[in-house]
Amino acid sequence: MRQDRLIGGVLRLVALSAISGLALITVFIFKEGLPIILRVGVFEFFLSSDWDPSLGHFGILSMIGGSVVVTAGATLIGVVFSLGLAIVLTQFSPPGLASALKPAVELLAGIPSVVYGFVGVVTLVPLIRYCFGGPGLSVLAGSIVLGIMILPTITSISIDAIQAVPRSYFEGSIALGATRWQTVTMVQLKAARTGIVAAVILGMGRAIGETMAVIMVAGNALELPHSLLDPVRTLTSNIALEMGYASGDHRQALFATGVTLFVIITLLNIAALAVSRRRTGKTAV
Amino acid sequence: MIKAKFVFRGLGVTLVALASSVGCERASRHSVGLLGSTSIQPFAEVLAEQYMKKSPGQFVEVQGGGSTAGLQGAANGLADIGMCSRALTAQESSQFAQILIARDGLAVVVNLENPIVGLSLEQLRDVFAGRTTNWMEVGGRDGPIRPITREEGSGTRESFVRLVMKKERISRRAMTQESNGAVRELVKGDPATIGYMSLGLVGKELRAVVVGGAAPTVENVLAARYALVRPLLFVTRGAANPAAQAFVDFVLSTDGQKLLETEGLVRAE
Repeated sequence: MRQDRLIGGVLRLVALSAISGLALITVFIFKEGLPIILRVGVFEFFLSSDWDPSLGHFGILSMIGGSVVVTAGATLIGVVFSLGLAIVLTQFSPPGLASALKPAVELLAGIPSVVYGFVGVVTLVPLIRYCFGGPGLSVLAGSIVLGIMILPTITSISIDAIQAVPRSYFEGSIALGATRWQTVTMVQLKAARTGIVAAVILGMGRAIGETMAVIMVAGNALELPHSLLDPVRTLTSNIALEMGYASGDHRQALFATGVTLFVIITLLNIAALAVSRRRTGKTAV
Repeated sequence: MIKAKFVFRGLGVTLVALASSVGCERASRHSVGLLGSTSIQPFAEVLAEQYMKKSPGQFVEVQGGGSTAGLQGAANGLADIGMCSRALTAQESSQFAQILIARDGLAVVVNLENPIVGLSLEQLRDVFAGRTTNWMEVGGRDGPIRPITREEGSGTRESFVRLVMKKERISRRAMTQESNGAVRELVKGDPATIGYMSLGLVGKELRAVVVGGAAPTVENVLAARYALVRPLLFVTRGAANPAAQAFVDFVLSTDGQKLLETEGLVRAE
């Protein structure tokens, strides 16, 4: 009994120390980042797109816009392919194919992002430049690369959600004379809706936080993009590009960029949690 | 038997590794740490290699991170010598001792397919400020100009701003790449682009254009005909320690300077 309690205590300590890492990071980036936001002014910082640290201009609007645009593009691409995959894997493929495809999709998650970026620069960017014009390094390139990177997240959670729909729904729908496709779209997807929404939001969180691949394929221009073919700089790219050199106010402004990113990702995760809680009544995915 | 042999060999390797790590520990007292500009880094590595070959027992470690990181490193003692690829500001020069190790031409590079031969400093400034947006306006083919710049804090960028842009700002439309290699890749693949980098790094896959009537060659830099020249500096906080000073002496010696020249830099004089 005493041994049990001891082990329980040790495990709790280990678990807490992992969480305290999170707390430490949170406190640190807010401590480093908040003062400059207040000093520059909240409006100036978030609503100006004038970023020129050497002149003391810190406005991150174009980076916020960049992150939003690239993430939206990636989500669109990711959702189309992930949902397709999830439907095929759960409904329309023989067990053999599904058991081969699913690990293959999950393998995508294991590829380092710098490899995605490299493949993007070498193949996708010249292709876009050749087919559509523009510099190639663009919103489009970033969206496609990120779209592929978030495939595994959205696919595997969506599969779980679809498989969690009781078999009786499926049987009932077929018994009422619905076709297989009608059953999938109108009954199963509808029943799995909240799980799928949570999957999409988690995918978005991953897309907005991705850095290396985006730096390599998005061009990192400071102007808000006017078309899909314009280069763009995201919040994460801005931090990673300039962090190595930054000091003083510049460094703090990059931490403030991190604070912005932190808040956005936290909101996305809370949304995902809330949506998935609604589904089951109490627990998250 | 075979197994036993492997075990012994494994043990041997471990012992050697241990011994050498202990050795390193001891040598680190004589080791010199360099930190800073990624433009100087490749040259410093070559110098360090030659130096260590010449004077056994000395150990020189070279790290990148950028000019600003180099200054910081020298200031807080993280490095014995900071490497900085731009002129110091007035405040910085009062803070650090600086040693000019070489000069470097800043080349303006375009794609090999781009027919443009030369640009004046004003034209170059207009291009990077975003006022000139078509190659036709500066005597090239009809088509958009896509300037590529380096990230904030890069010594190459700061030198370019100081030498070309003066008080003007680089266009917000300019694409930003975080290394000379990335700039090279981009310019190599896209005929519409224009970028800048160290003269020693241009290579054969890009073309450096004539700026202000002078071709970017070592002779023109030496004769002060080529306008875009920046200093490559070693900085220390106060006097360098003896081990670091020995390395600096080597870099400034005839051998060291010759080495830098063969690598494409221009000697300090």
